[in-house]
Amino acid sequence: MREETKKALRRLFSNASGVLGIVLLGFFVVVALCAPFLAPPKPGRDPYFMPVVTWSADPLPPSWEHPFGVAGKRDIFYGVVWGTRTAFRIGILVTLASTAIGLLVGSLAGYFGRILDEVLMRVTDIFMAIPFLVAAMVLTTILGTGLDKVMIALVVFSWMYPARLIRGNILQVKEEQFVLAAKSLGVSDLVVILRHVLPNAIFPVLIQASMRMGSLVITAAALSFLGLGAPQGYADWGALLNYARNWMLGGYGATFKYWYMIAFPGGAMVLFVLAWNLLGDALRDAFDPRLRW
Amino acid sequence: MIFYILRRLLFLPVTLFGISLLLFLMIGLLGPYQRLATFINSPERLKGVDVDKLVELYGLNDPLIVQYGRWLKNVLQGNLGWSYVGKEPVLSAILKRFPYTLELALFAAIPIIFLGTSLGVLAALHHNKPLDHGLRIFAVVGWSFPDFVFGLFVLMLFYGTLGWFPPGNLSVWAEEIVKSPYFRSFTGMLTLDALLNGRFDVFLDALRHLAGPVLTLTYVEFAFLLRITRSSMLEVLRKEYVRTARAKGLDERVVIHKHAKRNALIPVATVSGQTIIGLLAGTVIVETIFNRTGLGSFIALAATQLDYASIMGGTLFFGLILVIGNLCVDLSYAFIDPRVRLE
Repeated sequence: MREETKKALRRLFSNASGVLGIVLLGFFVVVALCAPFLAPPKPGRDPYFMPVVTWSADPLPPSWEHPFGVAGKRDIFYGVVWGTRTAFRIGILVTLASTAIGLLVGSLAGYFGRILDEVLMRVTDIFMAIPFLVAAMVLTTILGTGLDKVMIALVVFSWMYPARLIRGNILQVKEEQFVLAAKSLGVSDLVVILRHVLPNAIFPVLIQASMRMGSLVITAAALSFLGLGAPQGYADWGALLNYARNWMLGGYGATFKYWYMIAFPGGAMVLFVLAWNLLGDALRDAFDPRLRW
Repeated sequence: MIFYILRRLLFLPVTLFGISLLLFLMIGLLGPYQRLATFINSPERLKGVDVDKLVELYGLNDPLIVQYGRWLKNVLQGNLGWSYVGKEPVLSAILKRFPYTLELALFAAIPIIFLGTSLGVLAALHHNKPLDHGLRIFAVVGWSFPDFVFGLFVLMLFYGTLGWFPPGNLSVWAEEIVKSPYFRSFTGMLTLDALLNGRFDVFLDALRHLAGPVLTLTYVEFAFLLRITRSSMLEVLRKEYVRTARAKGLDERVVIHKHAKRNALIPVATVSGQTIIGLLAGTVIVETIFNRTGLGSFIALAATQLDYASIMGGTLFFGLILVIGNLCVDLSYAFIDPRVRLE
């Protein structure tokens, strides 16, 4: 490990909010891994679908049997626990895929420049011109329900952010002495990009990916909240909050008793997003002190 | 400068054309029969109808490029199709709803910009002191709150429990006044129209209905502005001219308000512009939660009802507003900060 990286890691672990972020994330990882023990699924059923536990449409307050209460005939605790897996799956897969596409497009545009750069950047502009949530909503509607469709829609409209970042970094690194030296030694373009340019531009991308994780999970949950995306009964925090929506419009004086319908899935979401934001912030402080806030 | 403006103006239609193509390609993922299904709202209407003939009639089997040309021609003539969700032509449905959304975004922008900048300056002045840390925590938590979670909380607390801020755009009695022939619609924005009509009671009612969504948008969105202001202010406070001002023996308040703050707020101005534009898109969720009529809830409803004409029209309109808005922000930046030379 390079001395600089070590120093940065030390800075990361001496940052209180960064440590809080890591601890929170660790907690969610444990919940996701232990889901089958925390909320055992019925044998033979797809564990990602929340089982129906009551026949009445009325929500039930937390009890010994259902520690977080019941919403939409389903156990909220079960949904929150298995929803952790859903959140991780969406966040990680979408971030990986969009970062990969972004790396490709950004490197091509930044390294080769000229017309290719101009064309790719105009395409990026077009994809960014539609608001992220609206764009994802439209594509999900067209592709149909299913978590995979949501993820495709999110990838299609989020690769531009890493692409722009990488392009900017490459434009900077491209003129550095060591890249020019490698080029003049006759090293091929591909090797120059992979061995010399990308490693020097990768940290900002990782930081941005961590910061974006939160907004991706929020958007995916927002789609489920609107009733798009995840199929009926799928363990997803946004879908759980959707059950709460109609009860909150119930009228004056009638809503506070349903607090648990928002508090538990909502709390899980806030903490999850907070964890990624804190981590992203701390990573930036540690690896790129210039951007410190 | 002029070259830059010309270039941006030249690319404007290109971007808009690109957005329309992108949208059309997405819709093109649906097969001709699926797209036909969006024209039919009940199975009865299909009785005794030759579906293949309908597909032929509407040209749904033609090459996509031909269909795109036909659609684009219609769009350019202002014909965006019929909206099932709005029960009227898409364009008039959009134009009727957009003022509500714009009104919400403008009202939300006031506290966001005010709180974001003033708290940001405050945090910078108390750099690394408890107040600074407290504000940072408050901001990062707000930033992590999904708007629908916070919106549901606001609804539960301020409507369900306290009864202060009801959902919707207006109360029933106010709605009757607005719909009556004596109430003239000037802008389509309820608060402004109410004032212009001299109906102060309607104005207050509209304001009461705006409060919940505005509160939600404010807490969720102001964090970013606070961040930008804080770091910009910290940077300026380290500048030579601030030190010079202090060395001259100027009053600390003058140094901060006249020398530091004015310069620190330059980058904040751009971000504020972008925030307002972003707010327009942020209304999709908030309007849906608070049961408000507006462009955001219109698109959300169209998406759940698979009303493709409304989805396309609404999204295209959003894209148009965003592209033009961003252009205005970029250009105004050059006027605010004479050091900026746009290339």
